[in-house]
Amino acid sequence: MSNHTEIRWHGRGGQGAKTAALLLADVAFQTGKYVQGFPEYGPERMGAPITAYNRISDTIIRAHSNIYDPQYVVVVDESLLETVDVTSGLKEDGAILINTERPKEEIIPHLKGYKGAVYTINARKISMAALGKYFPNTPLLAAIVKVAQIMDKDTFLREMRSSFHHKFSNKPEVIEGNMKALEMAFEEVH
Amino acid sequence: MARRDRLSGNEAVAEALRQINPDVFPAFPITPSTEIPQYFASFVANGKVDTEFIPVESEHSSMSAAIGASAAGARALTATSSCGLAFMWEELYIAASNRLPLALALVNRALSGPININCDHSDSMGARDSGWIQMYAENNQEAYDNMIQAFRISEHKDVKLPIMICQDGFITSHAVENIELLEDEEVRSFVGEYKPENYLLNPECPMSVGPYSVTDYYMEAKRNQAEGMKHAQQVVLDVANEFAGLSGRKYGLFEAYRLEDADRAVVMIGSAAGTTKDAIDRLREKGEKVGLLKIRLYRPFPAEAIAEALKNVKAIAIMDRAEGYSDHGGPLGADVMAALFRAKSTALATNIIYGLGGRDVRVEDMEQVFKDLQTMIVQNDAGDTYRYMGLRE
Repeated sequence: MSNHTEIRWHGRGGQGAKTAALLLADVAFQTGKYVQGFPEYGPERMGAPITAYNRISDTIIRAHSNIYDPQYVVVVDESLLETVDVTSGLKEDGAILINTERPKEEIIPHLKGYKGAVYTINARKISMAALGKYFPNTPLLAAIVKVAQIMDKDTFLREMRSSFHHKFSNKPEVIEGNMKALEMAFEEVH
Repeated sequence: MARRDRLSGNEAVAEALRQINPDVFPAFPITPSTEIPQYFASFVANGKVDTEFIPVESEHSSMSAAIGASAAGARALTATSSCGLAFMWEELYIAASNRLPLALALVNRALSGPININCDHSDSMGARDSGWIQMYAENNQEAYDNMIQAFRISEHKDVKLPIMICQDGFITSHAVENIELLEDEEVRSFVGEYKPENYLLNPECPMSVGPYSVTDYYMEAKRNQAEGMKHAQQVVLDVANEFAGLSGRKYGLFEAYRLEDADRAVVMIGSAAGTTKDAIDRLREKGEKVGLLKIRLYRPFPAEAIAEALKNVKAIAIMDRAEGYSDHGGPLGADVMAALFRAKSTALATNIIYGLGGRDVRVEDMEQVFKDLQTMIVQNDAGDTYRYMGLRE
């Protein structure tokens, strides 16, 4: 099980947590890894809490269960900190990444004593600056790639540009904005 | 040349269908199979296939249209899940009894109620006696590979029966994983052109399809239908053999994983088999002799081969992702127990209902199943032969 990374995403329906997990699988695949990206569906409605998962490994992945003891957790919507046990099973030598406008010190008391690393990013600010709209998943994708050291920045940006060209072939005007959001997030996560 | 890619199970099946380029695809959407006709519709719109795609108003109609197309001499299929399959019930029997070699990409989902969109096998298990061949997949790769082999089995002159290619809803249908794809030309030459022997649109040989059968003939017609099923096992093996030559991936009627020297075995269907393999590897590292028999072909049921593969095992857990409401177990449990009985097996066997409505299956859950099998061996008693796994008390 050498070099096997497990990530759990917490978001709300409509925020793109599932898309982010699938994009992460996509970009990790491009670097030759075995990958899994999958959502856990509850009631399908905008705003309902949803969970998505990633496994990224050097060896073939066979397990098809959800992830209970992740190395990394991404919280796409900080209001979930009050309602979902986001640090459940999270490894202490791992990290949690939270999208928030608040300073980190204000967030830590809501993490039920989690002792691992805590990272925050203001995805709203980045998304509004880069895209003019609020899509938190793009900045969070870049941030988790950096935090979990999935790959280096140049490789990541190169692979994402090629992925966006494929994904947004019908609306190429959004590619530059998304690329800018990724670059800003890579710098601003801390 | 294989192409390495990453696709969800639904994308993988849609990709196989693009490569097969069938004649007719009528469809009505239902979660979690919707993406299959959705992706395929974009192939049609972009001219990647020349399939006649027919959006219909219900699953009753999608299967009826597939039957009509198949009877006319076309290579046809549709896709569905759960209540969509239930709404095709009457047509399932009509397709099979008319010996129409059409395909159904089924994405397994629980039947209502309570209403639930997640995976179990209650939909396809209910259709196990409808006369369709049923094949199941552990992951996206197997769903893709089974889809490519489907028409070769279904259209074989000794079989001529419809085929259901099943995969687990969301767990594989919506999970993006690595996959190896074949080249388009390889798939097209493997699947070949469909040349039906008898078909409605043949002016040289007028025929009728689906006529009334008086009592005097009905039973012979049903026995003939069973004969097609009897030949299917060998055809499945022959097609798998040829497919292995093309892809390097070997398939049989079932997969035996670390079973050759096992004293304890799990028998199951679908995506949880991968999780079970991880549990087996963990226990094997501790020297425990545990193994898995994963069903690929469920209809026809390879009873003799399964009993043979399990002949040295002392304790067996047969895992059903569907209730049978017989009050003594699920459908796979009944089939495997009957196979063991006929082979005069002395193994201790229990039937476990698990994973209903998408209830998650963890590696630890499967380790516990093997532990329970050990208890059965130690006590020389199967204990409760009809149990539930992962149920909240």
